[in-house]
Amino acid sequence: MGFFNPDMAGILPISIILDILVYWLVIGFSGLIFIRNRKIVSQVLFPLGALGGIALLSITAFSITHSPTSAILPLGLPDLPFHIRLDALSTFFLFLLGISSTGICFFSSGYFSRDGNFSPGLVCLQFHLFLVSMAFVFLADDAYLFMIAWETMAMSSYFLVVTDHKVPEIRKAGYIYLLMAHISATAVLLCFGVLQKAGLQGIGGSYTFDMMRHLNLDNFWATTAFLLALFGFGAKAGLLPVHVWLPEAHPAAPSPVSALMSGVMLKTAIYGFLRVTFDLLHLQIWWWGILVLTLGLITAFFGVIFSAVQNDMKRLLAYSSIENIGIIMSGIGLTITFQSYHMQALASLALIATLYHCLNHACFKSLLFLATGSVLHATEERNLGKLGGLIHRMPWVAVLALIGTLAIAGLPPLNGFVSEWLLLQTFLLTAGFPQPYLNMLVPVAAAGLVLATALAAYVMVKFYALIFLGQPREKKLLEAKDANYWERLGLSWLASCCVLLGLFPVEVIKLLNAVPGLLIGQALGKVTSQTNWLFLTPISPDRASYSPMLFFSATTIIILITFLGVRLFYHGRVRRTTAWGCGYPMQTFRMQETAESFGQPIRTIFSPFFRMRSELPSPSDPAPHYHNITEDRFWYVLYFPIGRFIRFLSNLFGRIQQGRISIYLLYSFLTLILLLLLI
Amino acid sequence: MTNLYGFIFQFIQLIMTLVLSPLLLGWINQCRYWLQNRQGPGVFQPYRQLVKLFCKDAVLADNASPLFRMTPYFLFACMCLAGTIVPVLATNLPFASVADVIVLVGIFALARVFLALAAMDIGTGFGNLGARREMMIGFLAEPALLMVLFTPAFISHSTALTTIVDTLSHTRFIIYPSMAFAMASYLMVLLAENSRIPVDNPSTHLELTMIHEAMLLEYSARHLALVEWASSIKLYDYFVIGFALFVPWGIASGNHLSSMLLAFLALFIKLAFAGFGLAIVETLSAKMRIFRVPEFLGTAFMLAVLGTLTHFLLEA
Repeated sequence: MGFFNPDMAGILPISIILDILVYWLVIGFSGLIFIRNRKIVSQVLFPLGALGGIALLSITAFSITHSPTSAILPLGLPDLPFHIRLDALSTFFLFLLGISSTGICFFSSGYFSRDGNFSPGLVCLQFHLFLVSMAFVFLADDAYLFMIAWETMAMSSYFLVVTDHKVPEIRKAGYIYLLMAHISATAVLLCFGVLQKAGLQGIGGSYTFDMMRHLNLDNFWATTAFLLALFGFGAKAGLLPVHVWLPEAHPAAPSPVSALMSGVMLKTAIYGFLRVTFDLLHLQIWWWGILVLTLGLITAFFGVIFSAVQNDMKRLLAYSSIENIGIIMSGIGLTITFQSYHMQALASLALIATLYHCLNHACFKSLLFLATGSVLHATEERNLGKLGGLIHRMPWVAVLALIGTLAIAGLPPLNGFVSEWLLLQTFLLTAGFPQPYLNMLVPVAAAGLVLATALAAYVMVKFYALIFLGQPREKKLLEAKDANYWERLGLSWLASCCVLLGLFPVEVIKLLNAVPGLLIGQALGKVTSQTNWLFLTPISPDRASYSPMLFFSATTIIILITFLGVRLFYHGRVRRTTAWGCGYPMQTFRMQETAESFGQPIRTIFSPFFRMRSELPSPSDPAPHYHNITEDRFWYVLYFPIGRFIRFLSNLFGRIQQGRISIYLLYSFLTLILLLLLI
Repeated sequence: MTNLYGFIFQFIQLIMTLVLSPLLLGWINQCRYWLQNRQGPGVFQPYRQLVKLFCKDAVLADNASPLFRMTPYFLFACMCLAGTIVPVLATNLPFASVADVIVLVGIFALARVFLALAAMDIGTGFGNLGARREMMIGFLAEPALLMVLFTPAFISHSTALTTIVDTLSHTRFIIYPSMAFAMASYLMVLLAENSRIPVDNPSTHLELTMIHEAMLLEYSARHLALVEWASSIKLYDYFVIGFALFVPWGIASGNHLSSMLLAFLALFIKLAFAGFGLAIVETLSAKMRIFRVPEFLGTAFMLAVLGTLTHFLLEA
């Protein structure tokens, strides 16, 4: 065991967590032993990995209220050991990792047991390495281990993304991902550099977070560090305008990996941002919060309208991840603003809402990505316009995906609604800023958030209805088979998490409450002091209350009574016949809604945001062909010009390079003379 | 003891929701006929319609999934629940603390999503078209509705409807300019959400203009009856939410029988006037093209945001 702490060995949660990580590593490396043995890898190793997830989940749920513990690992370079620390923030994110990874590991056992163009043992190794590196990102207590874990995470996920590397698009997506991951890593590294260097008056070697915590930066350096963190972690999370890699990379990966990337890896960026902003930096300035809030809202809005016009189901989900990251970021923005004005009760409420949304997003986004994996396996089709009617062929996946769909659309009584409710409550409480124009900003920001969540419902109806409802749009869909047992287990795990997180918010908030206690300095008092677990009352019962459990039971009771009433008093005669065609005799399944047509209202209403090229045939065309490509303007406005500029620069440098040795010798000679002249 | 009374009144309120909603619909239709110089079938026509539908044999499409059959019950339950949450007669009913205005909007969204999914379940052109249009109206109307509700929430520092009603009606009498914006916006949202005339026509089956009706084409008999009933309850819910926000006078704050009777009388008068008003609006306006609906609801949204801004400018 790689644990070294002479004082208290063995019993601390941190050591158990390290044990779990070692266990995951062992599983990962045993993948190499059974590198070609699909059966052992999928039926034994992945379920064992899921057990690790359950263990992680239970130990973190148990220990989140403990006081921070730290340890030093005897790994790393001779004079630079690895520091790790387990506090409420890292415990919460490890909890999130545990919840998601359990479901995803179970699902992977089913997913990777089917034939495919990959080596199962390698996938197993990369997958578990990915899990362990994310856990170390959460645990790291010095910049050195953090960056190593961060890079391991980027590399292992890169290899997972390009699992199917024979497809050129996937290789391209992997390249873009790798590029963005490194740009983000550079910014994060610079941020740590600022944090360490700017306050370094007389203190040597302060690469540990503990040292950074005790440094007092002035406003300028704190702002620099904050902006670097915003850029670095924002790029990893998919914040506008550095979001372009996300819709490329997430859909390219195998579905369990997409689920892990969207569900958990994006949260590592959120974790890093929270860690730097609230833990390592001492002061918060109000305009930081407004900046993050604005960026978050723009990201949320942008993500959701783009998600509405996608044809590929996994790209749709990837854009929806951008939306959710936007919502999370706007919550962080509110928290920063409150904290800068020392309104701690509100800051902790905003932080709770944010963390709750992180947890929710980890559950429902993983669930939906896994469901697309099952659909993809059963039909080999990812275009929404070519699916349909799968609720009859794949009832398990359809029912479980319905739960995820309703949850992500933010509908009561599921979990997505709870966090949105909390966030809206925070917005409604804001009317107390010292600056009046900030108060005016609040309703506008709330309006933006509400618009984004309402659009999310539109997107999710599109997603669900086109895949599972209607008639099959292709012949081959008739042979689609339901998910296998492992896949069902994984999906059910995540679906039940969505339901439980939705029905018992008070219990969940009691768990989360340790985090604002650590970061803000004040926990949310009212929720925990009130013993009534039924009612969620963040401030007071007069202000607002919500009881998902009573809501759920009342709905169920009314449905049952109505159902029984209809059964009792009226006959149950039902006749089945073909659907009414409204008098048009020649209707086929091809005349149903497609992904393009369902996105049409969004394309028309928000047309300035898209770059569209469409080809509409004339009405008399005997072989009409309809064509529409909707693209992200950012590629054309931001990225292609940058790319062209870099190419221009490299062409300039290319002129210097002639490839003849005499010219190079001339260069060195000239440089030498120049240097001699200078000195 | 008060608790018991509370539950009894809560139950009465639920029954009232169920019974009064078709009557309200009948009254609006009857007023419309009068305004159009027609005789009209009387205010009890919706009840007859429901009874007729409940007696018929249900016809289901071959590929109707369980989701399609479950949805009417679900819609019905959502709308009933919304009716019990709103303080219609009194503000201190026990069920009111289960949900606040944001949850109320969530319930309507839930019902809408289910109806849209059910409409897409059969896979006919009209169902799809109706679902798409309904979801479009939904995502435009829902933010507007929430912003409308935020104005009184900012005024009363609470999102609980009972507190809002208490603040607006019982504690003091002030006319808030921001509420005027909110009210205008609320009217527009009400028309759009309940598929009333400028946005949708509840009595048309013309394919180019249908929205709500297009989604129900595949429903028949008892399922259709439940959906129609749920729609009328939804209209009733929107009316009573409007009363609670903009004309909250008369809603009782205690459990006294006399104040309850007064509240009931006030509700009846308000419903009659509001129903007549809706009939006038519907008679005077023409249905707009579907492309104009985003502008209409965008205006409602802007008005609602202006309402909250006005609150911060003038009243804070």
